[in-house]
Amino acid sequence: MSGIVRRAAASLYAFTFNLFERPMLAAQRAVGMRRVAWLFLLPNLVAFALFTFLPIGLNFVYALTGSDAILLADRPFVGTANFASLLDCASYLDPNSCRRDIFWRAVHNTGWFVLLQVGFMVALALVTALILNRDIPLRGFFRGVFFYPVLLSPVVVALIWKWVLQRYGVLNAGLEEIGAEPVNWLVRADWAFFWVVFVSIWAHMGFYVLILLAGLQAIPAHVYEAAEMDGTSKWRVFSRITMPLLMPTMVVVLVLSLIRAVQAFDEIYVLTGGGPGSATMLVLQYIYETGFASQPRLFGLAAAASILMAVVLFVLTLGQLWLTRSRAEGDSR
Amino acid sequence: MKRFLTRRRGRYRMDWMDWLSWGYLVVGLLLMLGPVLWLVLSSFKTETALAEYPPRLLPLSAVTATVEGHDAPLPLFDITGGEHAGRQLAEIRRIGLEAQMVDPAAPGETISISIDDRTPAREFKLATENYTSLFSRFNFMLYFWNSVFITVVATILTVLVNSMAAFALSKYRFRGRTTVFLLIIATLMIPPTINLVPIFIVVSELGLVNSPWAVIWPAIATPTGVFLLRQYMLSIPDDLLDAARMDHASEWRVYWKIVMPLSAPALAVLVIFSMMWRWNDFLWPLIVLNRSDEFTLQLALNSFQGELQTSWSNLLAMTVLTLLPITIVFAFLQKYITTGIAQTGVK
Repeated sequence: MSGIVRRAAASLYAFTFNLFERPMLAAQRAVGMRRVAWLFLLPNLVAFALFTFLPIGLNFVYALTGSDAILLADRPFVGTANFASLLDCASYLDPNSCRRDIFWRAVHNTGWFVLLQVGFMVALALVTALILNRDIPLRGFFRGVFFYPVLLSPVVVALIWKWVLQRYGVLNAGLEEIGAEPVNWLVRADWAFFWVVFVSIWAHMGFYVLILLAGLQAIPAHVYEAAEMDGTSKWRVFSRITMPLLMPTMVVVLVLSLIRAVQAFDEIYVLTGGGPGSATMLVLQYIYETGFASQPRLFGLAAAASILMAVVLFVLTLGQLWLTRSRAEGDSR
Repeated sequence: MKRFLTRRRGRYRMDWMDWLSWGYLVVGLLLMLGPVLWLVLSSFKTETALAEYPPRLLPLSAVTATVEGHDAPLPLFDITGGEHAGRQLAEIRRIGLEAQMVDPAAPGETISISIDDRTPAREFKLATENYTSLFSRFNFMLYFWNSVFITVVATILTVLVNSMAAFALSKYRFRGRTTVFLLIIATLMIPPTINLVPIFIVVSELGLVNSPWAVIWPAIATPTGVFLLRQYMLSIPDDLLDAARMDHASEWRVYWKIVMPLSAPALAVLVIFSMMWRWNDFLWPLIVLNRSDEFTLQLALNSFQGELQTSWSNLLAMTVLTLLPITIVFAFLQKYITTGIAQTGVK
């Protein structure tokens, strides 16, 4: 079986070589050795131009035009009307006072989600990484266990938990067994939000555990040996050696998870659909529903909302660059 | 066993930190794998067993027997008390607190049993029809094929396009090299989620909506891939390339026959990532694939759970089949995947 696969891969490899050899040789002769690098860059640059750089510009164009038409020629210029309507609020703290109240509810939800999900997840990931970094049997197995959910698709993750959490699911059965009241987990707004945060932590924590573990293992062993020789207490070793040396990795983990949390969508959408009501609707779901899932398709409004989200992400990325930069300078001083 | 679990390098005593760690890991094990195992176990239950509350751990279903003189199969019961204790009888009908039952071996005689004296007979039975009906009734193969097509084609193109760019950026000196590299790296700051509307416009202008290429084309150029491969190719000595050029090898041959094979470890990481990304993709396919015969497995699962809220038996089986490929790949390539992620910090 593996022999067949290997032979198939080898012949595909040879086939691709032969397929491109003559045209690439001709192209190489045509452009000359000095410009041959651009030949290799071309496919990538075309793809980037079409699906990354052009869309960045188009995003602004669509955000500044109105109506539900998809063709640019049919869209009237409306200036900043889309942004104005999104930002039209008596008080930003009260979504009900906003013209786009669902958008602001989504913003509030996303704020809470980011705070809770990132806070608890990074803390738990740190604890897990510290434990997995200890000299414990079956370490590789447990590392795999914590990492496994990361590979599952968001839809699968959501369905696994939907099955556990449904009204007549195993969790409620367990609760009734010990005499507690069953709860309709995904129908009650506060519980639905709790489970959205929980499931999201469950699905993504393993990734950060892995990165923190790599950071922990990069700390040289002789530092610990020196501390042991001096009889330093465990707590002091942790707070004075492990944490400071792990800080750069922690910054990376924190910013990466913040950026991801701001764009959370998939498993939450399948688990609750943003409900009950709009209790678990996050910003990306608002963009998706405004631009694609509801009629009329308000592309301009969706584009404007995604530009607002981009600003937040941009600030976060700059924050990361600034933090890692100042750390590097601090180290060299 | 206890000796093995409690052994440590150098010393043999466990301190309280070790006990705490073990407690944490065991709870973690239950929380991380428990729900997945519960899903797999449940997927083998019949629809009636799934409706049972409280649910049973194992797929046990009620046993029935065909008895002479009765058209429909009758449910079997184990008799636990009274004068017939120990026998297994089939129920004809229930009248109040009494049940009229019959011995399948002697169908002539009707026996009255108090309903407190009997429990339903159960047997261990895997409801494989949950799985087989996916193929006969639900077009599973179509969705599976759509997913496989997108995953394989997108991965081949991703590797090809990104390795060519990485080759150019690492093995040639030309004006604009740094600019192009920085431009590509800068797109790391622009996740596709903030460009959903304009990418959709581009894709629909190209006439790709509702075709697998709408998912494939926007995904093939990834800054992560270029970065990963370029950093690796920088470590390949240029002398090897120059030696081949002396032998009049074309640049394509240098790239394909020398640089690519030597970059195999980095390519493997990109292949694994790309397959994972495309197999698990959800939001973008949801936007561009609206016709059900173009659905990927993920989209089919999602629409399936929306439509048939009640048919959990097939939904669970389909979920298990969707997580199976990733699980198998993980079981075999765990080391590659985890070290790849730890080294590059991408997912």
